Amino acid sequence: MTSLSLVRRIRARPAIVFDAVTTAEGIAQWWGPDAGPVLVSESDPRVGGRYRVRFRMLDGSEHESSGEFLEIVRPEHVVMSWRWKGGQEDPGESRVEIRLRAIAEGTELTFTHARLHDEETRRSHEEGWAGSLGKLQAHFQTGNIAS
Amino acid sequence: MVNYQERLDRTFAALVDPTRRAILAQLERRASASISELAQPFAIKLPAVMKHLDVLEDAGLVTRSKSGRTVTVRLRPQPMREAMAWLRRYERFWSERLDGLGAYAESKEAEARSKGR
Repeated sequence: MTSLSLVRRIRARPAIVFDAVTTAEGIAQWWGPDAGPVLVSESDPRVGGRYRVRFRMLDGSEHESSGEFLEIVRPEHVVMSWRWKGGQEDPGESRVEIRLRAIAEGTELTFTHARLHDEETRRSHEEGWAGSLGKLQAHFQTGNIAS
Repeated sequence: MVNYQERLDRTFAALVDPTRRAILAQLERRASASISELAQPFAIKLPAVMKHLDVLEDAGLVTRSKSGRTVTVRLRPQPMREAMAWLRRYERFWSERLDGLGAYAESKEAEARSKGR
């Protein structure tokens, strides 16, 4: 659970999705959250190359993330280190992995953000506490324990 | 007062250990438990259980209260709620980014097709 996984089906071929994820031009087009602008988009998509994205949210706050490409196989997968910069949110270095699989309608994208939060919690995913946490969460939603 | 990030670190760090998760799971099933009740299912000695409870209490995940010779342990769900909220916020962030990526890639695909590729 300190590893976040999301799957999307996209009606575009893997090479197009891959370039959208890894090139500076691509990133600049889709990255901005809640329609806030992307201020900086830099990318050197090869192993050991770095990327940097800076964007402004509609509330005026600016956020930047940067890292290094650790694995890159066009158009199948890319693994990069990830770090937030500035602000109060620096949970340390984490790892983003994007895998693309060709399907009839285009691409199935599997996104994983792992090693979230801190080095120690990295193990937690391998130990599978997602289940425990899910159970606890279910419990809290039923609300039969007073806090 | 410990800041938000430190609290989250403590919560996640406390949850890393399988014995501590099992202790929390036990406390989930009943309102409260004594330390010996909690120690029962584990092949570990009471002092080891006490150590785990120290970590859980530091993270604010349990409270201990003493009455006579008996220590009663209770679950305190607040830090867990906070951790869940943090994860949900993170999930929403990425979910929105990926929606944006999908929309952009689909427009590029349409563009490529109209150019006859």
